[in-house]
Amino acid sequence: MTDTTQEAPTNKVITSSFLQKAVAFVVLIILLAFFSIFAPNFAAWSNMVNIMQATAVNGVLGVAVTFVIISGGIDLSVGTMMTLTAVISGLILTNLGMPLPVGIAGAIAFGGFMGSLSGVAVAKLKIPPFIATLGMMQIARGLALVFSGAKPIYFNSTPNYGLLSPESSISLLIPGLEMPNSVFIMFGVAILASIVLNRSILGRYIFALGSNEEAARLSGVVVDKWKIITYGISGMICGVAGLLVSSRLNSAQPALGLGYELDAIAAVVIGGTSLAGGRGTVMGTIIGAFIMSVLTNGLRVMGVQEEWKIVVTGLIIIVAVYIDIVLRKQS
Amino acid sequence: MKKTLLVAALGATTAFSAPAFAEDVYFPIIAKGFSHQFWQAVKLGAENAAAANGVTITFEGPNTEAEIDKQTDILNAAIAKKPQGLGFAALDSQAQVPALKKAADAGIPIVAFDSGVDSDIPLTTCTTDNLAAAAGAAKGLAEAIGGEGEVAAVIHDQTSATGIGRRDGFLNEIAANYPNITIVDVQYANDALKAADTIKTIMQAHPNLKGIFASNEGAAIGLAVAIKETGAQIAGVGFDSGKTQKDAILDGSLIGSITQNPVGIGECVVDSLAKAIKGETLPPVIDTGFYWYDASNMNEANIAAVLYD
Repeated sequence: MTDTTQEAPTNKVITSSFLQKAVAFVVLIILLAFFSIFAPNFAAWSNMVNIMQATAVNGVLGVAVTFVIISGGIDLSVGTMMTLTAVISGLILTNLGMPLPVGIAGAIAFGGFMGSLSGVAVAKLKIPPFIATLGMMQIARGLALVFSGAKPIYFNSTPNYGLLSPESSISLLIPGLEMPNSVFIMFGVAILASIVLNRSILGRYIFALGSNEEAARLSGVVVDKWKIITYGISGMICGVAGLLVSSRLNSAQPALGLGYELDAIAAVVIGGTSLAGGRGTVMGTIIGAFIMSVLTNGLRVMGVQEEWKIVVTGLIIIVAVYIDIVLRKQS
Repeated sequence: MKKTLLVAALGATTAFSAPAFAEDVYFPIIAKGFSHQFWQAVKLGAENAAAANGVTITFEGPNTEAEIDKQTDILNAAIAKKPQGLGFAALDSQAQVPALKKAADAGIPIVAFDSGVDSDIPLTTCTTDNLAAAAGAAKGLAEAIGGEGEVAAVIHDQTSATGIGRRDGFLNEIAANYPNITIVDVQYANDALKAADTIKTIMQAHPNLKGIFASNEGAAIGLAVAIKETGAQIAGVGFDSGKTQKDAILDGSLIGSITQNPVGIGECVVDSLAKAIKGETLPPVIDTGFYWYDASNMNEANIAAVLYD
């Protein structure tokens, strides 16, 4: 994996979030070891590829929510926003027949636009983020159905659309290595997001908003503007997830997406980002998303009932937050 | 701006067809959903029959098939409009009986569709026999793999009547008639993306797998995606239609599927209601049938008519 050190406003924060990310990473390794021993066929390389591919969408959505959560907010709209942007991509590419880059740019830009509307509702209308994005979740779901006529939009007229997710371009460089492009896109988004959060003014303000919004305001930060930008970025990243999911299914499925926001928030929380804001890392979220898909995959390969798999995932979330609380007390 | 968007979204969820005459005979048709292709096809059949019978209908449903409470609200609102008849696809075969009883007490004739209600209130039920249809899928799959080997099933839902019926219909048929076929796994996945990942996991756990049954359109899309991505030599059988599934059958990723007759279900509901208000008696269940379809018969007129994109 990539460099996992992160910088944040204070030393205390570095220690505790690094520690918890390390905890999450250790949990991931333990899970991998456990399933390798007890689940036959789990450890095969092809299955590792399956797991990475299955993580891509949730990982990217998790990164989107990470931005908002660190800023002290929450974004419940990421799942249906993903679906809406997938539909937008379908409208541009299939219905309007525009070239692929326009579809990609359109989906991401539209996600950014819708996300920033959530931001306006939060920053200017003072609607609590939970409510504003709950509303946006429904608006995005409704619009996805309206724009698509409640029918899937197919990408058969865009033969290269598969490049965005299931196809393995790395095989051209390294023959024999099969790794879906969606996995590289997830890591690309995560690295980019890490850089923005840790090396840019925007990132510094996002942490500042989440730590103490009033202090940020008093020290001259234009709070509203940065909030709107934060939600806008979340929407743009949802656009990337929309491209991934529609590319893999070769269709924008307008009814999909509800419930994905909870998986994304779970990945963020397991990865050590504090729901209270001001603290968290993108790489932690990616590790959190991996923990969830390793659990799902491993329990399935072992033949554990679906129902119990859901119970175990719930337990992991609670344990992760408990660790977060303990670590915060210590620091 | 946001308000306009919200209104647009709400408008789409209710999809009222404007009544031409105030005195029209009016039937609200309440489905389990509206965004799924299947329900759009039922709606089409209902609208065709409404035009043929000179009645007005509305077609509504909750956002997802888990929202039993929302569907009950829609039902109560429909009853309050005092319609001449009511079509209802119950999400829960028991929970909504009291609300239906209210309608029956008010003298509103009720026709159930898609899945039945545990009550004698509905005059008839227009439905696919899911047990029989899924047995048809089992037969198609068993023949494709030569009557022996390991198979698995991916079911769209653990608790609904269609999920249970299709699962049991498939499992029973294999158990009863194909002693050399072993069912190694039954998993659940409620959308195409989750189905794709689930099926790849099943393939991982069972390298000798020869066939998989997917119990609805979403699961079948996932099955087609998983088979394409892995290039596995596995016989896949789906359920319902949709363009992805039809394309997968044409390009050989899936060997065939079972389709219900959604257009026929929609027609049956409205026709039965029209008959009911004329005082005709109806049989307790009207089986709207199912078809096995594959690359060889997809374009035949009777099959093509019930498949949707």
